[in-house]
Amino acid sequence: MSEKEVKNLEEIFEQRIARDEKIEPKDWMPEKYRKTHIRQISQHAHSEIVGMLPEGNWITRAPSLRRKVALLAKVQDEAGHGLYLYSACETLGVSRDELYEQLHSGKAKYSSIFNYPTITWADIGAIGWLVDGAAIINQVPLCSTSYGPYARAMIRVCKEESFHQRQGFEIMMTLAKGTPEQKAMAQDALNRWWWPSLMMLGPTDAESVHTAQSMKWKLKRKTNDELRQQFIDQTVPQAELIGLTIPDEDLKWNEEKGGYDFGEIDWDEFWQVVKGHGPCNKERLSARVNAWEKGEWVRDAAMAYAKKQEDKKLREAI
Amino acid sequence: MKKENLKQYIYGIADNVLILGQRLSELCGHGPSLETDIACTNIALDLLGQTRSYYQYVAQLFDEDKTEDDIAFLRTERQYKNVLLVEQPNTHFGYVIVRQFFFDVFHLQLLQQLQNSTDETLSAIAKKAIKEVSYHKRFSSDWIKRLGDGTEESHQKVQEAVNDLWRFTDELFHMTEDDIATLESGVGIDVRVLKDKYYQQVKEILQEATLDIPETSWFQKGGKQGIHSEHMGYLLSDLQYMQRTYPDMKW
Amino acid sequence: MENNWPLWEVFVRSKNGLEHRHFGSLHAADAEMALENARDVYTRRSEGVSIWVVESKHITASNPDNNGELFEPAQDKVYRHPTFYDLPDEVKHM
Repeated sequence: MSEKEVKNLEEIFEQRIARDEKIEPKDWMPEKYRKTHIRQISQHAHSEIVGMLPEGNWITRAPSLRRKVALLAKVQDEAGHGLYLYSACETLGVSRDELYEQLHSGKAKYSSIFNYPTITWADIGAIGWLVDGAAIINQVPLCSTSYGPYARAMIRVCKEESFHQRQGFEIMMTLAKGTPEQKAMAQDALNRWWWPSLMMLGPTDAESVHTAQSMKWKLKRKTNDELRQQFIDQTVPQAELIGLTIPDEDLKWNEEKGGYDFGEIDWDEFWQVVKGHGPCNKERLSARVNAWEKGEWVRDAAMAYAKKQEDKKLREAI
Repeated sequence: MKKENLKQYIYGIADNVLILGQRLSELCGHGPSLETDIACTNIALDLLGQTRSYYQYVAQLFDEDKTEDDIAFLRTERQYKNVLLVEQPNTHFGYVIVRQFFFDVFHLQLLQQLQNSTDETLSAIAKKAIKEVSYHKRFSSDWIKRLGDGTEESHQKVQEAVNDLWRFTDELFHMTEDDIATLESGVGIDVRVLKDKYYQQVKEILQEATLDIPETSWFQKGGKQGIHSEHMGYLLSDLQYMQRTYPDMKW
Repeated sequence: MENNWPLWEVFVRSKNGLEHRHFGSLHAADAEMALENARDVYTRRSEGVSIWVVESKHITASNPDNNGELFEPAQDKVYRHPTFYDLPDEVKHM
């Protein structure tokens, strides 16, 4: 294809997206669109399965049977969501194993928030309330993103995730209403998870390299800073409702902008965690690698068995 | 049958599914593939759901002020009446599957009898659970075959698990005093009569999976009397951690 | 890499009376496992009463480059649609 022809195709392609048409796997697409989508969808998938680990840490210790089954179902959902997203990514011509390889080698990124430890039961509440809350804000607009398989996966994810945040908030609410010890546990968790949750919505607009392109392809509908503002504005009243204090001295209502002003985010910490220096980066990655490597003989066995059965069927047919 | 017999009888059934559910939930996020992870978690959720039905029934029958959680989390080790098999650790995926398979074959037979219990609640719980457990048994049998007749490595690994866990199978068919008392009143079932059919079914699948049937004549027992393996204490310290550390709180 | 579980497409009938609809995909070593995995992955919230699985490589898809010749010719066949025909308003039940 000549350069001019490609340019022409690209123009038609961008017009289709501008008209809100969906792009499907076999449609022509610019290489950059494919690559950007592989990167974003796989990061998203990796975040789901790495995200299973901090919460999985508390399944065996959940304080009641009701909490145990809810948490188990939630973490299982995350496996499901990882699976939907890997499948969406595979329609772009990359296999799940290649994507795993990128994760395991440290080449691919996942959401940094999962590199923080879950050290008390209240952390499970805080994750559901804050981390899933921030994730939902990020994800809902993706239900109408331009790439069909991604949009469809996100519709399913959002539908299933609606219980996750409620599950977390209910845990926090119960703790906040409980004994002084429980309330302190909840406040401590909020203190530790608040700032990482704000960081989770991505670097400030000034620092964000992908925003303009992502807006055009509907991978983003609002900028990171807008999303962050939305998250803060909806979360602060929830904290007040259950009598917990947001750990930010500069937080105050700004009548003029109709939203909260808030303190400086420690972006240095953010970049340190992104670079792999968070408290649990090593543990999370090695848990994933471990599961994969220890599972190899199982996956191989299933393939060998399937092949034997296939051969047997063939022999019987002859 | 005294009330205490009935309580202990239900513990005997319910503790099996609680402890196996707990073991399976350790695996969530660490399985050989996402798909198997999701499948094992489904089994854990079924088992924990059954646990809750049994404990809620016990709570309702006996102690007005006790909840399912008091029963699940606040007994001492000797008061748990599960068989030794279900508390065995997740040494590797072969052990997970063999433990599941050995239990599922028994569990389904047990429930099929229990649905005829004169106790309506137990009968109803059993009827619902039969559907779940039929699926578990299909899942674990299929995997026994895949691992047994898969690669040389998988064959050897799953054979190791079969050899190791075989000694815990006989206990499934022991009758405790409570079992006998509840059997006489038509509430409980006679697990002894399930034994021949159990071994026949198990052996069929193992043979199909090209696995050898172990030739042990020595079997372990004790779980049903609350005398557990050393693994149990660690399992319980996880399970009970919150309730023990923060007594008398709502979660 | 040939030892990786192949990809399967999953179709689920939500309830009797409805058609099977494409739900998504998953990996499995064989058809049995694909069915079991589909049950566990895609019907956790009672989404289905029947499942089909087919290995993805067995699906032949039309090429969107040919969409012009494949689908556009149907667009001007307006006479296939009831609104093409003019009838007086007095005619009922038609």
